[in-house]
Amino acid sequence: MTVMRHLLDTQHLSRAAALEILDVAEDMADTQRREVKKLPTLRGRTVVNLFFEDSTRTRISFEAAAKRLSADVINFSAKGSSVSKGESLQDTAQTLQAMGADAVVIRHGASGAPRTLATSGWITAGVVNAGDGTHEHPTQALLDAFTIRKRTYGDDSRGRDLDGIRVTIVGDVLHSRVARSNVWLLHTLGAQVTLVAPPTLVPQDVSGWPVEIDYDLDHAIAAGPDALMMLRIQLERMSAAYFPTEREYSRRYGLDARRLDALADGSIVLHPGPMNRGLEISAEAADSPRSTVLEQVANGVSVRMAVLYLLLAGERPETEREDAR
Amino acid sequence: MSTRTVMHDADIARALTRISHEILESNKGPEGLVLLGIPTRGVTLADRIALLLAEFGGAPVPVGALDVTMYRDDLHRNPTRAPRRTEIPAGGIDGKVVVLVDDVLFSGRSIRAALDALQDIGRPAAVRLATLIDRGHRELPIRPDFVGKNLPSARDERVNVRLAEVDGAESVTIEG
Repeated sequence: MTVMRHLLDTQHLSRAAALEILDVAEDMADTQRREVKKLPTLRGRTVVNLFFEDSTRTRISFEAAAKRLSADVINFSAKGSSVSKGESLQDTAQTLQAMGADAVVIRHGASGAPRTLATSGWITAGVVNAGDGTHEHPTQALLDAFTIRKRTYGDDSRGRDLDGIRVTIVGDVLHSRVARSNVWLLHTLGAQVTLVAPPTLVPQDVSGWPVEIDYDLDHAIAAGPDALMMLRIQLERMSAAYFPTEREYSRRYGLDARRLDALADGSIVLHPGPMNRGLEISAEAADSPRSTVLEQVANGVSVRMAVLYLLLAGERPETEREDAR
Repeated sequence: MSTRTVMHDADIARALTRISHEILESNKGPEGLVLLGIPTRGVTLADRIALLLAEFGGAPVPVGALDVTMYRDDLHRNPTRAPRRTEIPAGGIDGKVVVLVDDVLFSGRSIRAALDALQDIGRPAAVRLATLIDRGHRELPIRPDFVGKNLPSARDERVNVRLAEVDGAESVTIEG
């Protein structure tokens, strides 16, 4: 077993560590089909959901995961604090330490906040990044990879990576931590990743990313990807005019019925939710059998159970390690 | 430190044959039996006993695996363990006579965890316990119904069961 102390990103997650999380998630998913879904595994452990940004879906997914493992859950919504960020994070962290938190699931608007929390020495708890700024959202990428693997290999998924699977990620890559986490994780697992976005929504320098860039969705669909991941247009993060109008965006980069029909047999459509129906994804696509949206939600609980299990079930390692390398 | 071999392949085969006959005798046939092995070697033993039961009892007996990792009471004292796969046969365990199969019975804590795990899966009519080796030193009021060999041991000795399917060799040794 690799020793996992924190889960801060997927960029530094090894293939072995990633597969371990996905395989444990398979076991967790199996337990969720039982008569009694609750496991006693993390009884007496406390998980704090520390959310500096709103995210009902991610928070309840972590909450469900922790509760299914019998951990105690404290929801700490730290939004609206007027203290400057560094001080506020330190104060909050020390409060959680004093409360005896064993794991902190943190969502923060500032990229790197989870790493600061993990490496500051303020707390001894394990830290799980639940989305930081435009940096990463590792559990989302893990549940996406889990979903792709499950759709591809079914019950035969354990131990397998995504070698040779082609994944096309479409939309607002610039602001998307989901896209970043997926790029690194999918690459580590052997998938080939193509990013499709308007030039204004591609980050300035992606030369170091293991991806291909395409600016034309129809062209990318014609290449026959195995999985198409539609990113949410994050209107709340749009501080400038990245595209002329929503209609224009939808016409060029939305997954409408015509593009849905053009997808190869067996290829799937992922969306991290919540969906802007009619903008980046049409109702036809969202409700089609290709869509994995609801599977992603269910798989999210299993993957987060696996992460909490690997972080908390064993004795905490004495040696300080930054990550599961 | 010395290592002593206490069972060879023929001894293990004889013990499993006897356990299989005892299971059939106590259950008055193969009806309603479900075998669940505890990973890793308990699953191998359960598979072998299932074959013997089919041979002696004339009907196939459902066999599966029951992982107890997530129910252990010593998780926090050890480095993280990877859970193993649990596979419950299609007919489930409700109303069945479940025979748990393990390689070595020691403190009894794995079996306690197994009983908790079973409770979350269903409600068997009865639960029995078969083990290849009973080495004593119980820490809980748990006793086996079917035993391959009683092996008196000191608490700090190590008992190693090796099975061909898992280890490429077939023996039971005691080290101390």
